[in-house]
Amino acid sequence: MARVVVDVMLKPEILDPQGQAVQRALPRLGFQGISDVRQGKRFELEVDGPVDDAALARIHELAETFLANTVIEDFVVKVEDAEGAEKVAGYAK
Amino acid sequence: MTARIGVVTFPGTLDDRDTQRAVRVAGAEAVPLWHKDKDLKQVDAVVLPGGFSYGDYLRAGAISRFSPVMESVIEQAKAGMPVLGICNGFQVLTETHLLPGAMLRNNHLHFICRDQKLRVESDRTAWTADYTVGQEISVPLKNIDGRYVADERTLDMLEAEGRVAFRYLDMNPNGSLRDIAGVTNEAGNVVGLMPHPEHAVEPLVGTGRTDGLGFFTSILKKLVNA
Repeated sequence: MARVVVDVMLKPEILDPQGQAVQRALPRLGFQGISDVRQGKRFELEVDGPVDDAALARIHELAETFLANTVIEDFVVKVEDAEGAEKVAGYAK
Repeated sequence: MTARIGVVTFPGTLDDRDTQRAVRVAGAEAVPLWHKDKDLKQVDAVVLPGGFSYGDYLRAGAISRFSPVMESVIEQAKAGMPVLGICNGFQVLTETHLLPGAMLRNNHLHFICRDQKLRVESDRTAWTADYTVGQEISVPLKNIDGRYVADERTLDMLEAEGRVAFRYLDMNPNGSLRDIAGVTNEAGNVVGLMPHPEHAVEPLVGTGRTDGLGFFTSILKKLVNA
């Protein structure tokens, strides 16, 4: 079993009021010097069998058609190795 | 022959009964459609009503878009069948890409519920022929994911082609770009809007006005004349 991570973020030009609300709360909590926060989604997919190119291509398609709405969101697909470190396997804007 | 208008119920749909009633008040036959069924029961048009289909999980409308009933709706809409998406139904239509753009959390992050004034910007759709361009109507609005966005090029294209169907008047309740409350596809058979005309078809309820009835009489007239 391997884990593939899909990170989905609103495109930079899309207003993110949720991130802004978090950012505005930071000074109140004593955190200074953070000028911007943007909030995204992380999907962790446990994949049966090897994560080969074909499997990654299918996950890329899944991310593009379902996990992200590419009208408003960008996504990144990463494979986690045994140590939990991530390496970027595919990138789409 | 009475026109048959299908009203889809997904798990989490709230306004299907109001929509069925609005269809009947206008004089058509309301046909309930279930999300798991591909069969559209030979309806002449379909309404995707408001609510929180599949709990709005992932994104509003994202999971519904892949339901069996939507496979048929998408296919028929592309072939010219009239489809109206109200609120969550509008979100489903943007997720299917039958309508351009996308819907996001309101810019103030609050759920909003109010009587909303709209200006009719197009009378050339299957669902708006009984209105006149520039007409001001008031219908209820209630949502948290009502902020319509699209890139500048798409917005310019919609304006140039007269495909902005409705605009918010007096106040923009959610930060929608260019005050857009509803849009139509190129052919004019698919229309989506965030406010709820089905809640304003009888004087006793909603705004106390019947400004929303025009949607359902428009489609009825179109189907009868077709």
